[in-house]
Amino acid sequence: VVWSMLGNRQFCSYKMTTKTQNFCRNEYNLTGLCNRSSCPLANSQYATVREEKGRCYLYMKTIERAAFPRRLWERVLLSKNYEKALEEIDENLIYWPRFIRHKCKQRFTKITQYLIRIRKLTLKRQRKLVPLRRKIERRENRREEKALIAAQLDNAIEKELLERLKKDTYGDIYNFPIHAFDKALQQQDAESESESDAEREEEEDDDEDVDKREFVEAEDSELSDFEDMDKLETSSEEEQEEEEVEKKASHSKSKGKTPLKGPARRKRPYIEIEYEEETEPSSKTKAA
Amino acid sequence: AGDGSGPEPGGGSDSPAPERVLFPPTFSVSEIKNKQRRHFMFLRWKQQQRKEKLALKKKRRKEREALGDKAPPKAIPKTIENQRVYDETTVDPNDEEVAFDEATDEFAPYFNRQTVPKILITTSDRPRGRTVRFCEQLATVIPNSHVYYRRGLALKRIIPQCIARDFTDLIVINEDRKIPNGLVLSHLPDGPTAHFRMSSVRLRKEIKRKGKEPTEHVPEVILNNFTTRLGHSIGRMFAALFPHDPQFIGRQVATFHNQRDYIFFRFHRYIFKSEKKVGIQELGPRFTLKLRSLQKGTFDSKFGEYEWIHKRREMDTSRRKFHL
Repeated sequence: VVWSMLGNRQFCSYKMTTKTQNFCRNEYNLTGLCNRSSCPLANSQYATVREEKGRCYLYMKTIERAAFPRRLWERVLLSKNYEKALEEIDENLIYWPRFIRHKCKQRFTKITQYLIRIRKLTLKRQRKLVPLRRKIERRENRREEKALIAAQLDNAIEKELLERLKKDTYGDIYNFPIHAFDKALQQQDAESESESDAEREEEEDDDEDVDKREFVEAEDSELSDFEDMDKLETSSEEEQEEEEVEKKASHSKSKGKTPLKGPARRKRPYIEIEYEEETEPSSKTKAA
Repeated sequence: AGDGSGPEPGGGSDSPAPERVLFPPTFSVSEIKNKQRRHFMFLRWKQQQRKEKLALKKKRRKEREALGDKAPPKAIPKTIENQRVYDETTVDPNDEEVAFDEATDEFAPYFNRQTVPKILITTSDRPRGRTVRFCEQLATVIPNSHVYYRRGLALKRIIPQCIARDFTDLIVINEDRKIPNGLVLSHLPDGPTAHFRMSSVRLRKEIKRKGKEPTEHVPEVILNNFTTRLGHSIGRMFAALFPHDPQFIGRQVATFHNQRDYIFFRFHRYIFKSEKKVGIQELGPRFTLKLRSLQKGTFDSKFGEYEWIHKRREMDTSRRKFHL
């Protein structure tokens, strides 16, 4: 009667239809499909296996309790042991239709299988998804940008490197003249310069041409690729004539050390410069 | 328009005469309905403001020069670094306790040159292209480092294997949606583990004006601005990644710069053009890190003893307070 009313023809709220099949959403349904034999509403004698918190229970419904909805479903805890549980199902459902017994055992098997899988997975590493908070992400990105600007990284790195150079951590690799020596030399030069300007200028020009060649290259190759230094060298040689003489004052301090400077400073072999060095001593003797 | 009232008839020498102050009805720029005219008036107003500001500056400068020596000192602008809340764990360079601690902590064997750093770089499961390339580039930057794929292995299992094979440090780069976003740096023989959030990762080809590839020389290390105790220990962790003796011939420098709790990593090649000038050229990847937690032992998320965790509610309350 119930089936002819609900299942087949009219409306059953647990029924879900798809293109190929009808499903039953009732939680006590044994197979999950909407059939005459698996509808818990239409059958007065019915049984299911359900699991709660990892333990399996056998639910049974008999016709005697049809009038008491509260006591309709009887619950039996099944043992944890698989075979024992199967026996218990058999015991409880003795004399019940074969279909229900069989389906109950099948369902129980499936449930135990997925419980085992759950237990195995929890032992393995599980990826924990941590949600990002959009506001916080945005805040942090903004702060990072501002911190980057405040950091002035290039300047900081350059300062640090120069400091290390001063503290002599690099040892003898770079032969830059020391400050005190420079100042003394500068003073000396200033004195002797005032005496005979014209003569010195000529001589110094020769020196400074050579020196300038090196310095000019340094000025030019500030931020460009170091690979281009070969090309730069040729261009700077043209430029050196245009260089102001005023620069000699600042460069004169390093006059004494320039012969060593070139090859030590250059990391790439520039043979041309070494030639220039050789011409220097001749002019140097004149100046000294 | 509507200027009938006012001081004109007086032929007054001073038109805004104090007794008869009758200004023409002023209008504010925002009340003009026509957008073009409003815009025009606004620009005019802006220019005027700028002029006034310039005039004010000039006047102040003149006053300052006029006073000469007696001029009040120039006002120092307030920056976040100036206003930073003083952290009581700031390390004093002469602090003996800190020196003693550092002589006996987990990095002591490194700093005493007893161990040579050997680093294992790996990722989280199934890394995507960008992360893989980043790992490779990181491996070229850090000498004596090896990249191994994760292949679903548990960290807890690979750590004892690493220790057995003499690795000193483990770097795990965590990935999210094909970009690296986290870094776990663990000092291996039972050392501290630091977990960072990584952002702004730039691979080598994305850096403008970059140089050639880094060579095999051991780079120098620069650690900037690690002032507090926590910062100190993190700085030492970074220093322990690189071998102790940098090869100056290589002229490469790796920089870890801490600014407002963000650690910027850069890798440069430098050249001294003169005594006072140095040129740097960026090679290598760059990224920024923000410390999330520091754990005492090796990586163990459940049972580890945390030395420091970033707690947003407590620690992010003040904009002037930094922890590194």
